[in-house]
Amino acid sequence: TISSPLATQIPQAAGAAYALRRDGGKQCAVCYFGEGAASEGDFHAGLNMAATLGCPVIFYCRNNGYAISTPSVEQYRGDGIASRGIGYGIDTIRVDGNDIWAVYAATKAARKIAVEHNRPVLIEAMTYRVSHHSTSDDSSAYRSKKEVEDWSKRDNPVSRMRAWLENKGWWANGDDAEIAKSAKAEVLHAFSAAEKLKKPSIGLMFEDVYDQLPPELERERKEIDALVRKYPDYYQVHDFARQ
Amino acid sequence: MYPHAVSSILLARSGKAAIRGRLLPTAARRLYSSVTENDNVEPIRGLDLGVAHSKLLLRTVSAVRSSSELRTLGVAEGETRKMNMCQAVNDAMRHALTTDETSVVFGEDVAFGGVFRCSVGLADDFGRERIFNTPLTEQGIAGFAIGLASMGHTAIAEIQFADYIFPAFDQIVNEAAKYRYRSGNQFNVGGLTIRTPCSAVGHGGHYHSQSPEAFFAHVPGLKVLMPRSPVQAKGLLLAAIRDPNPTIVFEPKILYRSAVEQVPVDEYELPLSKAEVLKTGKDVTVVGYGSQIYALENAIQMIERDMPGVTCELIDLRTILPYDAESVAESVNKTGRLVVAHEAPRTQGFAAELAAEIQERCFLRLESPIQRVCGLFIPHPLVYERFYMPCAVRTYEAIKDSLSY
Repeated sequence: TISSPLATQIPQAAGAAYALRRDGGKQCAVCYFGEGAASEGDFHAGLNMAATLGCPVIFYCRNNGYAISTPSVEQYRGDGIASRGIGYGIDTIRVDGNDIWAVYAATKAARKIAVEHNRPVLIEAMTYRVSHHSTSDDSSAYRSKKEVEDWSKRDNPVSRMRAWLENKGWWANGDDAEIAKSAKAEVLHAFSAAEKLKKPSIGLMFEDVYDQLPPELERERKEIDALVRKYPDYYQVHDFARQ
Repeated sequence: MYPHAVSSILLARSGKAAIRGRLLPTAARRLYSSVTENDNVEPIRGLDLGVAHSKLLLRTVSAVRSSSELRTLGVAEGETRKMNMCQAVNDAMRHALTTDETSVVFGEDVAFGGVFRCSVGLADDFGRERIFNTPLTEQGIAGFAIGLASMGHTAIAEIQFADYIFPAFDQIVNEAAKYRYRSGNQFNVGGLTIRTPCSAVGHGGHYHSQSPEAFFAHVPGLKVLMPRSPVQAKGLLLAAIRDPNPTIVFEPKILYRSAVEQVPVDEYELPLSKAEVLKTGKDVTVVGYGSQIYALENAIQMIERDMPGVTCELIDLRTILPYDAESVAESVNKTGRLVVAHEAPRTQGFAAELAAEIQERCFLRLESPIQRVCGLFIPHPLVYERFYMPCAVRTYEAIKDSLSY
């Protein structure tokens, strides 16, 4: 499930891993976060809990050099996130995050340690954020376009993978043009289909706050129901599916 | 903080109550800031105060047999055992651990038995994989508990003092409370229960006395409970553990030793979101929860002694979220007057919510403004605790004001 507060998933991953350990199925949890989130208290709490309680969890830090506009030199003064793992007594590896096979190998090895020994592993994957942070961000406000272009040319995980595939003879230049075209068409088709869908029915807004609807929510539901029926145009009722 | 010192002082406190009436050494007299030894003064006039003398506790087997709620639950006739509140909490956890293989109990210092001895013996009987200490991190405890519960396991997490629950506030409010809703019921953390000692203990000061229920009563998706006694604590905690919503149980720590009842040894779950009418009356409705119930009991005794013919109705809310407004409204429609009391500070405290709701439901029936008798709007003081607390005397005055409006 998704939430916005960062790093909250880190101690949760430790708990989920503990459940997996108790379930005895030799499974582990894997937890992803950025180098910015690793400054949150929950990071330190979660890693320490995982280490002391013996939780089979892989903590995977994507260090891409930026937390919105904050470069990593303003995020920490130590040796990245990897150095912290040692402090918590956690097996740690730093890996080239733009090398898909290095990442695969490191994660595979981490999983083996986690499930066989019931202890956490920290992977710090070094990479670079080429894109803006989000559609609300224009990163030229805090870094040069040249910096971005240099990274994109010099160390691009997609083009490195392409080069590797081409070296193997498993991919020819131009194979991707057709795929790119049809993938884009598929996405746009799904997009326009979704745009035409109605929003979920209004009454559903009160569902799943609790497992069952308590009396006060029943009351609010009736209130909103009456209000919406009185002012359908203000509330744009037609955008929502019928009850 | 010196947790072992706190629990040994609590031990001394219940001993002190037992020897009331004899001359106490000066050192002991100075020890507790909220206790008065001068009970022959106005308006007490010799009334026996506090939980030690409460008639609301089920001290005898026949009291248990007569409890209609316990009869409905089918445990009124069974075997009982004398338990104080921390033993009752221990018993509830035992039932949960015995019947649910996925349940685990964890928190700071719980493995050796806990600073209030609520988890004594559990590690011996259920093992260190299920009963374990965590590092000192409330945000970690809460996050870890949420992760466990999200996997369908039952997480019984202890926060050592309610005063330290705040680092866990983000996990509780932004994660636990929203988990089911934000995933469209694909996932939930219903298996999460947080239990934490709360409320004044006589010497707790700013950071061992707080009652933070109001912060959590404002969060859709959470349940919040506060038991007043061993029988209540066992039944409410077990219900909370098994309730499919994330629940916080605030346990008034002063009651751990001092509240003693005959408690059914079989398992039972008290209904959540159901207030209990402890005493019926026709002239004023008095509502509270937790340890405050005993101050209210005394205030009512003083009112009924000083105003013959007046009877007060005492209601224990038990569940603070979602709360049983219906029962309170039904009572106020009968009496026309309402006094709400809690230890937490007055401004924006839970009494404000109840007052707003009841004035909306019972506006034309009300004969006087709703009174709120609460902690002062100051950090919970040490030397000034006797002034801070919504004690029997202050509540007595508020009930009088309500009746004479």
